[in-house]
Amino acid sequence: MKKITNLKEFACTPDRFLGGHRLCPGCAHSMIVREVVNATDDDLVVSTATGCLEVCSAIYPYTSWDVSWIHIGFENAAAAISGAEAMHKALKRKGKLYTDRPVKFVAFGGDGGTYDIGFQALSGATERGHDFLYVCLDNEGYMNTGGQRSSSTPIGAHTTTSPRGRVSYGEKQKKKDITMIMAAHGSPYVATACPSYWKDLAVKAQKALETEGPTFINALSPCTTEWKFKPEETVRIGELAVESCAFPLYEIENGTKLRITYRPKKKIPVKEYLGAQGRFSHLFKKGNEWILDLWQKQVDEYWDYLQRREECGV
Amino acid sequence: MATPKEMLTTWDKIQFGAVLPSFEDPKTKKRSKFHSYNYKVADWRVEKPVFNPDLCINCDFCWVWCPDSCILVEEVTTKRGKKQAKMVGIDYDHCKGCGVCVDVCPTPIKSLLMFPEHTPIEEALAQWPKKEDKKKD
Repeated sequence: MKKITNLKEFACTPDRFLGGHRLCPGCAHSMIVREVVNATDDDLVVSTATGCLEVCSAIYPYTSWDVSWIHIGFENAAAAISGAEAMHKALKRKGKLYTDRPVKFVAFGGDGGTYDIGFQALSGATERGHDFLYVCLDNEGYMNTGGQRSSSTPIGAHTTTSPRGRVSYGEKQKKKDITMIMAAHGSPYVATACPSYWKDLAVKAQKALETEGPTFINALSPCTTEWKFKPEETVRIGELAVESCAFPLYEIENGTKLRITYRPKKKIPVKEYLGAQGRFSHLFKKGNEWILDLWQKQVDEYWDYLQRREECGV
Repeated sequence: MATPKEMLTTWDKIQFGAVLPSFEDPKTKKRSKFHSYNYKVADWRVEKPVFNPDLCINCDFCWVWCPDSCILVEEVTTKRGKKQAKMVGIDYDHCKGCGVCVDVCPTPIKSLLMFPEHTPIEEALAQWPKKEDKKKD
């Protein structure tokens, strides 16, 4: 197992997801992918659901991956990786494997391919108990097709299918809590992560890869195009999300043992996180103050809930 | 059994359970022409980051957060015998000019700054802010 102690040593890793892909400048997807694939020295088999990551890293005839890579439809990244894993297990049992080196299986999906469209495949693969890691790149909407809403979009956000205006204040529904849903499947390791906290994400990815069984990481991926902020602010927006507890970092083992992995020293008001993004700018106009209060209330309640759970060890 | 090199020639030579290298020559790490590493996205950027080696403390923050993996590092061994990555420069073929590296740079005077694309590197280094300039602000 590779030891991740500090960044100076971690940076000696040869990259396995290289430049030349066509993701937007300042995209957090490639930060997450690099932090995950560099967290292990073992061979990887990666499957990617349709989405920003797939269309940008595999434009014909180019590929950006230095690992084995499968592209599959929007809905079945988890199904494809569970099939590959089952085949690997069968070949190992029959003694027909090409190499003896350990192989890990990773699936990447956007939030559309995880929360909505690919959910039944993910649920099925987790229920069957295949040995893989599923990483959800959560950018809170269908950003590849121009920013439509998904069930991950938080309340009040402006998207093209929940536009802001005189009558509408944007998205009406609150964000679905996919991490708790995956924990309820009884998955041995489930976590949330943010690329702005590189060590947290790399250690969680390593832990998830070492754990046998279906594991899940929900990684927040600030989207510079549709969240409407400057490309250089990606890392700072991720920090704001975690410091304001709008996206708390925690892990759950075996669906029962919750542990908060990062506690902000001083919790900042959620207004600072929302105000940094253009998609929430209408919430600061007159008449919409109640949504900001609602946001703060929801965030505080969820943070209290997590702390209570951690204290009780459930 | 087919060798990895044969497997790269046609799809029907691929063996079940094989791990295909993405290199034409794994020893020299020469990447095949179908690797996006050989595609240049340099024309995307308006401003380019310039690296000042005198101010760099080799924290590698820019390496871990560069979305395009274009911070070039080289492995060195420290006096205590530990491995350490030393930043050597920027890969201008793949840099899209997002400016994340400048934003995360922790030194008091940034060791990476954005300059217009056409500025020569020597000129940019000459324009670098000094300590006195910072105090005035």
